[in-house]
Amino acid sequence: MVKEVERAGIPVVHVCTVTPISMTVGANRIVPAVAIPHPLGNPALSMEEEKQIRRKILDTALKALSTEVEEQTIFEVE
Amino acid sequence: MGKLKVLHYINQFYAGIGGEEMADVAPELREGAMGPGLAFNSGYGDEAEITHTIVCGDSFFNERLDEAKELILDMVKSVKPDLFVAGPAFNAGRYGVACATIAYEVLSQLGIPVLTGMYEENPGVDMFRDKLYIVATRNSAAGMRDAVSKMVPLSLKLARGETIGASAEEGYHPTGVRVNFFEKERGSKRAVKMLLKKMAGKPFTTEFPMPDFDRVPPNPAVKDITKATVALVTSGGIVPKGNPDRIESSSASKYGEYDITGVMDLTAETYETAHGGYDPLYANQDADRVLPVDILREFEAQGKIGKLHNKFYTTVGNGTAVKSSKVFAEEFSRKLVNDGVDVVILTST
Repeated sequence: MVKEVERAGIPVVHVCTVTPISMTVGANRIVPAVAIPHPLGNPALSMEEEKQIRRKILDTALKALSTEVEEQTIFEVE
Repeated sequence: MGKLKVLHYINQFYAGIGGEEMADVAPELREGAMGPGLAFNSGYGDEAEITHTIVCGDSFFNERLDEAKELILDMVKSVKPDLFVAGPAFNAGRYGVACATIAYEVLSQLGIPVLTGMYEENPGVDMFRDKLYIVATRNSAAGMRDAVSKMVPLSLKLARGETIGASAEEGYHPTGVRVNFFEKERGSKRAVKMLLKKMAGKPFTTEFPMPDFDRVPPNPAVKDITKATVALVTSGGIVPKGNPDRIESSSASKYGEYDITGVMDLTAETYETAHGGYDPLYANQDADRVLPVDILREFEAQGKIGKLHNKFYTTVGNGTAVKSSKVFAEEFSRKLVNDGVDVVILTST
């Protein structure tokens, strides 16, 4: 799906946990996520801590979309 | 041993009978070589000679398959050739299928060595590549000379029962057969040679070709994310509670489009996942963990993004065919473009 969105001309960032799959599938901008069943959250933490993780991942996603890339790039969450 | 006797199979077009309007002509046996057969004969020199040519219309062959096979096999039996050559068919689908089908009949029914040639995307290749040798050709008859130059030596080897080399050496489509052999040079030396070529920017041949994946080059970055319309897409199966469109928990046959106008937060009461390939507990408790609407609303209010698009697209990526996902995404991507969406955040579980 990520490739078809890209093909349509829209910059797309793939937020996912298993980044090797994302690489194989052909995503160009990739942001690693937390875990398969909760990529943008962590039920072990408090609601506010979870939101903080989500903010960080999404900040990274926005940064990825604002960054020119020549090839498949993984943007690590800071 | 005298000249090998070769029987050549061609279609109505290469026989000069006509194009599509003559594709219904029944098989016909003629003496001597014609069309591409002339090039084969000059390549064979004193080694072999096309003594007869069978001409058959492509539609006749494919529509009346059993009848065509029977008629042609009878002709082959009457000629008793040492070698049967069909085509080359390049990227002509029906012709390629006819060449490979009849070559395989001749090989399996009569035990006569056979060879054909065609372009890699010709359906005849995938149908018969594991059953007979099919020389790789270009996609049009402009590649005739090249095709004949590969087919002549390989067909002679086959007719003489000689050992056939690897597909890369002989020029045929890989048959899937692997043969163990000893390389002249050891692996470390070959690897260093390859590396030196690569560093020098020279062409080199890998010994371990990777599967061919379709790649899409990255789009330019968004100029100003604070003005951008951001859309959310997920393969994590997030749907409004109750899964109104009944998206399947695996092998999804559809995707959902849902309006989130005014939705600030996904809650256990309003959203859930339809995905059957991961533990749904966490997503059902709080679907923002998969589809982060809450934080993007926050970003929207803070001016970190222009706005969150009022629709999201979702499906279940669980054993779902690549082909289906491609179709879903082609369709909703058009909608996203038409709706003026600037960037997409796609989440996967």
